[in-house]
Amino acid sequence: MAEKTYLQAISDGLRQELRRDERVFVIGEDVGVYGGAFKVTLGFQEEFGPWRIIDSPLAETAILGACSGAAMMGMRPVAEMQFADFISCGWDHLVTVAAKQRFRAGTPVPIVVRLPSGGGFSGGPFHSQNPESSFAHIPGLKCVCPATPEDAKGLLVAAIEDPNPVLFFEHKHLYRRIKGEVPDERYVTPIGKARTHREGEDVTVITWGAMVYTADEAARQLEADDVSVEVIDLRTVMPWDTAAVLASVRKCSKVLVLHEDTRTGGFGGEIAATIAEEAFEDLDAPVKRVCAPDCPAPFAPILEKAYIPQVDDVAKGLRELVAY
Amino acid sequence: MATETKIEVVMPQMGVSVSEGTVTKWLKAEGEPIARDEALLEISTDKVDTEVPSPGEGVVAKIMVQEGETVEVGVVLAVIAPEGAQVSAPGPEELPPEPATQEAADESMAAASEGVGDVADGAGDSSKRATPAPAQSASPARSAGGGNGRTFVSPVVARIAAEHGVDVGQVEGTGNGGRVTKKDILAFVESGAPAPAPPAPPAAAPPDLAPAAPAPAAAAPAALDRAAPKPAAAPAPAGDPGAGESFEPLTAMRRGIGEHMRRSLDTSAHVTSAIEVDMSKVVAIRGKLKKEFEAAYGVNPTYLAFIARATVETLREYPWINGEIRGDKIVTRNYVNLGFAVELADGKGLIVPVVKNTEGLNLLGLARSVAAIAQRARDKQLTPDDVQGGTFTITNPGGYGTFHGTPVISQPQAGILGTYAVVKRPWVVQDELGQDVIAVRPLMNLTLTYDHRLVDGALAGRFLRDLRKRLESWGESDY
Repeated sequence: MAEKTYLQAISDGLRQELRRDERVFVIGEDVGVYGGAFKVTLGFQEEFGPWRIIDSPLAETAILGACSGAAMMGMRPVAEMQFADFISCGWDHLVTVAAKQRFRAGTPVPIVVRLPSGGGFSGGPFHSQNPESSFAHIPGLKCVCPATPEDAKGLLVAAIEDPNPVLFFEHKHLYRRIKGEVPDERYVTPIGKARTHREGEDVTVITWGAMVYTADEAARQLEADDVSVEVIDLRTVMPWDTAAVLASVRKCSKVLVLHEDTRTGGFGGEIAATIAEEAFEDLDAPVKRVCAPDCPAPFAPILEKAYIPQVDDVAKGLRELVAY
Repeated sequence: MATETKIEVVMPQMGVSVSEGTVTKWLKAEGEPIARDEALLEISTDKVDTEVPSPGEGVVAKIMVQEGETVEVGVVLAVIAPEGAQVSAPGPEELPPEPATQEAADESMAAASEGVGDVADGAGDSSKRATPAPAQSASPARSAGGGNGRTFVSPVVARIAAEHGVDVGQVEGTGNGGRVTKKDILAFVESGAPAPAPPAPPAAAPPDLAPAAPAPAAAAPAALDRAAPKPAAAPAPAGDPGAGESFEPLTAMRRGIGEHMRRSLDTSAHVTSAIEVDMSKVVAIRGKLKKEFEAAYGVNPTYLAFIARATVETLREYPWINGEIRGDKIVTRNYVNLGFAVELADGKGLIVPVVKNTEGLNLLGLARSVAAIAQRARDKQLTPDDVQGGTFTITNPGGYGTFHGTPVISQPQAGILGTYAVVKRPWVVQDELGQDVIAVRPLMNLTLTYDHRLVDGALAGRFLRDLRKRLESWGESDY
């Protein structure tokens, strides 16, 4: 067990699977010679060769089309979108082909699409998005959003093993900022299981990805006021751990759903609706959402700070719930 | 003084958390004259059974609710009219209690309290506390969602209130604009404030209730209409009786007892320890004192009085057994308010009246207080105050010969003492020479059922040992 960054954990997990399973290959823009835009696959081409670490043309449609075909032929492709934002080019291959092939023809499509996502570094509207809710809406796709190095490795292994197309959202802001103990050996973190990041009794925050840390800091602020905040890290947005969320709702009765994605159609709406349906009689306050406004991500640091939910925004929302 | 206009008699508010009551018996029929303050009917709530006196003089013009029916507080039970007046029932649109109706309720409640001579101060207070409740309690549910933080009841609070039979209007709110939060209502429930009904098997058998008189035929159709407003927390309908089955109504008291029993078992870790007590000395002393007490004071020194006296004395050395778990604290007290489980008529209910501050009563005082409060319970004269505030309970199912039991603790107390039949048994004792001999002795089993969250087995054992020692070594001049 060693302390690793979130990025190293992903890199290690991917390397382990490449060594273990010959069907696994990596394809993406600049993943080979350059080692990837964020250096996740640095040194991979030297170890595994250019036929397993494939530098693709600048064409997401081609990457995802190739993945679909290879997966149907029994391979286990791991594609990298340089930025999650660019996945929209490959929408048709993912949504029309990969997501439905198994339902339509019985052929499994075990693709993993790695998606460096999220903002916080003035990346602007093309390099900051969190498009998980768009794909969570598509039956047949799975969406994974790890927050910790340990989960990033374990969930990547689970995603590669999974017979379905899995979208693996890795938050860029966590890459080198977050470190944690990561087991050296191979392990699988199950898809669809939430993790209690912090136990509490008064109010629950349901979140995932980088917002887990924002929620945790806000929870610490409220600790000073003797308010105990529970933080649930969903880890997987589709399928999501309804049971864990409802259990926490039943305990605290006040809920804040937090995500970095924009508000309307964001996955928080689905969570809030499920809570209203399944746990109405356990609610002591309306379910509150804290998310980005319905607006593309701005460049200017000041505007971006106003756009992405900050610790103070979450703390304010929590205080409102506590006072309700 | 005869009433000049019609007066409506409504279901009174008996205690802060009571929202409904059952008509158990009409003492007057339609057309019968009635004097002011004369008992008109008997009602049963989950707190107390009592008589409702007439708020004025006149004739019983109309009985609106039949025996066995359960109605919400404020519902019109009967109309008293001036003698010779033309009587007609109020139309359905008049049904919700008007302020005048509430006054009548207050009056009848106050009158009920006045009738309870020797607990006058407590009863007066409770009637004052109780009367404003209906207006408050009616509003929260109806104005929910009205945008006013004070009256909005959140789904979880509504559910907890229904589960525990709590009137949300009685809970202090700390949320936005005084809204009652989940924490507020949980704290309220924890504090034992609603404590609807007592635990434990029955005590002495009171006189049987006379069979319910058949309802006057003329009143029946109207009365059925009047009974339409059903209690909110009514249980699921039972459907129709199966072949060979028959139904009788689940009374408010029965439901209250059921809810409390279930809640007590869900709350406390019940454990029972038993001990055998040689009652020779108590039997001997009681034989002597009985004539003296009856001649001088008109009081029978019962075994229960002896045991209660010894229990109070022993509890002083075991404050946790007289204590309570309240939130994250253990409550101990410098007083003992002793509850006594009393069976109501026909074995269909029980109640636990409480004798307050028993630590200040000697054997005579305790015997007198127990006799008085048990009598009031059987006469349905108890006030809400009479059944609240107990710190420890004694139940006496031994009158029927049972020798052991495992009663249920009356929440939020920590223990309940069971007393059983005194029976003559061969018992090994030592004679003057220190030799073991078999003697015939009056033996009684005592059980202490305690909440193991607070009281451990060793503590309970020492308590029972000390209690036995007190009873076995009772001196004539003690207590």
